[in-house]
Amino acid sequence: MARMKFLCDADRCIECNACVTACKNENEVPWGINRRRVVTINDGKPGERSVSMACMHCSDAPCQAVCPVNAFYTTADGVVLHSKDICIGCGYCFYACPFGAPQYPRVGNFGSRGKMDKCTYCAGGPEPDGSMAEYEKYGANRLAEGKLPMCAEMCSTKSLLAGDGEIIAEIYKERVAKRGYGSGAWGWNTAYRETITS
Amino acid sequence: MAASIAKFRIIVGALALLWVAVSSYPAGAQPTSVDPTANAVSEQQLLQQFKTIQGRGSIPDTKSYTIEQPAGRDWRHFHEVTLRWIGAVAILGVLGLLVIFYLLRGMVRIESGRSGHTIVRFNAVERFVHWMTATCFVILALSGLNITFGKPLLLPLMSPEAFTAWSEWAKYAHNYLSFPFTLGVFLIFFMWVAGNIPNQVDVEWFKRGGGMVRNDHPPAYRFNGGQKLIYWIVVLGGGAIAVSGYLLMFPFYGTDIQTMQNAEMAHSIIAMLFIAAMLGHIYIGTIGMEGAFEAMGIGTVDINWAKEHHNLWLEEVRTGTQPHLAQQQPAATPGE
Repeated sequence: MARMKFLCDADRCIECNACVTACKNENEVPWGINRRRVVTINDGKPGERSVSMACMHCSDAPCQAVCPVNAFYTTADGVVLHSKDICIGCGYCFYACPFGAPQYPRVGNFGSRGKMDKCTYCAGGPEPDGSMAEYEKYGANRLAEGKLPMCAEMCSTKSLLAGDGEIIAEIYKERVAKRGYGSGAWGWNTAYRETITS
Repeated sequence: MAASIAKFRIIVGALALLWVAVSSYPAGAQPTSVDPTANAVSEQQLLQQFKTIQGRGSIPDTKSYTIEQPAGRDWRHFHEVTLRWIGAVAILGVLGLLVIFYLLRGMVRIESGRSGHTIVRFNAVERFVHWMTATCFVILALSGLNITFGKPLLLPLMSPEAFTAWSEWAKYAHNYLSFPFTLGVFLIFFMWVAGNIPNQVDVEWFKRGGGMVRNDHPPAYRFNGGQKLIYWIVVLGGGAIAVSGYLLMFPFYGTDIQTMQNAEMAHSIIAMLFIAAMLGHIYIGTIGMEGAFEAMGIGTVDINWAKEHHNLWLEEVRTGTQPHLAQQQPAATPGE
């Protein structure tokens, strides 16, 4: 089985936000929720850098560990998914997540956050693959159709890579070797406890 | 001859030119690639410098501008491991001590027996405030413990859907009952603060172990040293738990994710210790001491109980130096 990961080649990201838009459109993500976002560090200054970030589908995911009702599960592909029928909207996954991935439909006063929403790696949820119930709650299930997440597929500079961790790491290594520089796989050490050394 | 010299000079000149051209490049190198982001920030450097990596985004949710906060892993360890240990040791430890103490000491009896005459100890308002706070506390404690211990202890006993339904109701109960609980803590503070200022009598009381070990009755005013301790645990612990709880209930109002994590840690640790302390309070107010429960139950206590446990208070009431109770002292009523 493949171990699915995201890899943002920050040297290529041009902050076009196409991944953000593609994700919102493909998954019909509700207003106010962004499963993926692009953040620019040192914006407008010398040495600025943009990174596209969403759920990294961590190994031994912290959200899954802290969830008081066991709403999370990790698929055989290493994708971290959750059940909105089980979620009680306590907000703990947001405190534990190193990447700020969990989102809630409401602000959360009086504990009224609503059911958590996050990147599903375009792999839906616990409902039957491709069903309407799955689409309404979680959005598309491209993985079941043999396709990769829309954000990475749409990336205009191929900065954002999705796929089996070993394969995308190899692609990244080749790039770094060819162009002679690379800022590393952002978030990999935190998410997977490994870095790509070239 | 002149022609050969000219030829020689051309060769030397060409060699010199070649030497200049070659030496201006590093040995054996083709032009190196340019790194356009050589001066840009790196992940490791940012994480070493700050606890989080932040930037600027283009969506309204400013929380999303933090792209990495590895501290979430530490918080997870606290919540899944450390807190469970603190809770288990504090709560089971106190329970265990109480069981041992009960087996050794049994119920503290009214030594001189019941006199049949009673005296008002807590009026209706005081009892209402106490039980309002106490009821809220029990529900808050159980619904709070569910968040920490429900997954390992309760979830295996029921279906995930049933556990979610219960946990969601527990969460709402926890949030909304915080208001009457906080009000209760406020009222308790103002209502009983006068009788709960520590003084010399308490030092003596604690030196004699509150009279709990042997059949000893150290003197006490309306509240003895142990009760004052419980009072300040409720007021200070309840205050701290309310502040940290409201920070959690109104997430990210002037707080960032670190503050939210810290608020949750403070809230849960104080809660575990609070629950452990209240177990001791419940014990001594019920099976631990004869004649104690009725003080908060029906509001009156037996004169002999008051003599043994709060002799100085009884004197105060009798001499009328405690004005708010003096006029409420009822005529002696038959106890049986």
